[in-house]
Amino acid sequence: MIVADRKPFSELLEMVDGCNRIMIVGCKGCVTVCNVGGLKEVQILASALKIARKKTGTPLEIEETLLERQCDPEYIELLKNQVNDFDAVISMACGVGPQFLSEAYPEQRFFPAVNTTFFGGAVRHGIWEERCAGCGTCIIHQYDGMCPISRCSKSLMNGPCGGSSHGACEISPDTDCIWDRIVRKKMETGKVNDLINVAPVKNWRSSWHGGPRRRVREELTK
Amino acid sequence: MNEFKAASNLEKILKAGHFAFTGELGPPRGAAVQEVREKAAFLKGNVDSVNITDNQTAVVRMSSWAACLFLIQEGVEPNFQMVCRDRNRLALQADILGAYAHGIRNILCLSGDHCQFGDHPESKGVFDIDSMQLISMVKKMRDDKKFLSGGDLHEAPKLFIGAAANPFAEPYDYRPYRLAKKIEAGADFIQTQCIYNMKRFREFMKQANDMGLTEKCYILAGVTPMKSVGMAKYMKSKVPGMDVPDETISRLQGAKKGKVADEGIKIACEQIEEFKEMKGVAGVHLMAIEWENKVPEIAERAGVLPRPQI
Repeated sequence: MIVADRKPFSELLEMVDGCNRIMIVGCKGCVTVCNVGGLKEVQILASALKIARKKTGTPLEIEETLLERQCDPEYIELLKNQVNDFDAVISMACGVGPQFLSEAYPEQRFFPAVNTTFFGGAVRHGIWEERCAGCGTCIIHQYDGMCPISRCSKSLMNGPCGGSSHGACEISPDTDCIWDRIVRKKMETGKVNDLINVAPVKNWRSSWHGGPRRRVREELTK
Repeated sequence: MNEFKAASNLEKILKAGHFAFTGELGPPRGAAVQEVREKAAFLKGNVDSVNITDNQTAVVRMSSWAACLFLIQEGVEPNFQMVCRDRNRLALQADILGAYAHGIRNILCLSGDHCQFGDHPESKGVFDIDSMQLISMVKKMRDDKKFLSGGDLHEAPKLFIGAAANPFAEPYDYRPYRLAKKIEAGADFIQTQCIYNMKRFREFMKQANDMGLTEKCYILAGVTPMKSVGMAKYMKSKVPGMDVPDETISRLQGAKKGKVADEGIKIACEQIEEFKEMKGVAGVHLMAIEWENKVPEIAERAGVLPRPQI
């Protein structure tokens, strides 16, 4: 899923400064799963904003809404009868949400409530880790199920570098050295020869470096 | 190996079977040419080649190739360090060509410390290719006259290709394999991480010898004399991939007041003596960090002078 962090409250408060009536739109997709932009978080943010504004004598009226997904025009369209009745709209979806909303309703201002961070999953309740860089050319199987592009701080394809220490990356003792794990697994399973050849340079064209990506699936567009 | 790959002084020294002795110089944090010249003067005649670091520890300094040119002017052979952190494959190849055209003949291929360590932790690391791929790219440019893309290049950069090895980074058992991989990629010589744990290094060299790696590549053992107890403690606890045994620290602590640095040099000289005799070790790479003025004394005490003239 896409993992995100809620923006600091002060930043959100500043965004809606001068507004009297706003809407907060949550999303039932990834941000609900990572507990940052689902129904509960919409309600919490709305309450916090109302309390803060009441304290300063500038009460804020807030409409709370939740969409199935904000990355699909079908659901975005459901807001059409009310979206322009507000001074501004806060989207609690990933970076896709405020953009799809802005494209659909160019007259309205949409603010992102979250900082979208990475593709990953919850390794434990409350702890999420990055697992994919969306590079467009998956090689996970070559490294026994571990991605060096997203999980090595230097995206090395021929690691580990000299900064690997006690299984941790040189950037922080809390960051696993994924190359340490790849190598150990290869050695334990007698497959160290898999690493003997120099992995060729990566073709980054399939990643964002080839420019913003677009996919057209002919069979679906008909 | 009848012909020289690059005919650098370092290559000639190693090929002739001499015990090589290389040094290191960190470029200035500014445009102060005089600093480079002054440091170079301490190294001249005392080492065979001088590594010029490339934004080491991710801190901005005068560019490595530019400082290399000043060394050439001073009559000191540089070893151009190049990291993958700050340049993509276009910039790497462009700088390799420019460096060679200006007379640089040695290159040390490195991944580079992560930006997070340095003075611009908010920057974006490049890491388009890694150090292994950089080694093989330089070899391709030199031996096949081809750019990484496969396109032809006019006049190959004849560089003596170096790489780093850290025998003290885990997993230990894999380190000789990674060394083998660097040699396979095209490394002509290796300069190791600073060695303090001699036991571990002996084991590493034994594996390298057993695997036949020391016959394919020159290995220079990395030595950094400790200036103080504080430095030793810092290197032990704060520098990733560094293995400083407690004995080293206690030996420095046992030195008389005002004699700690001298003890550090003494330890380094004892190590160098052992390296001279160690099978598979072709020389020493002395990294006297911000201590270039001590290099003449260290070289003298280590018994590596005069340097052979070839």
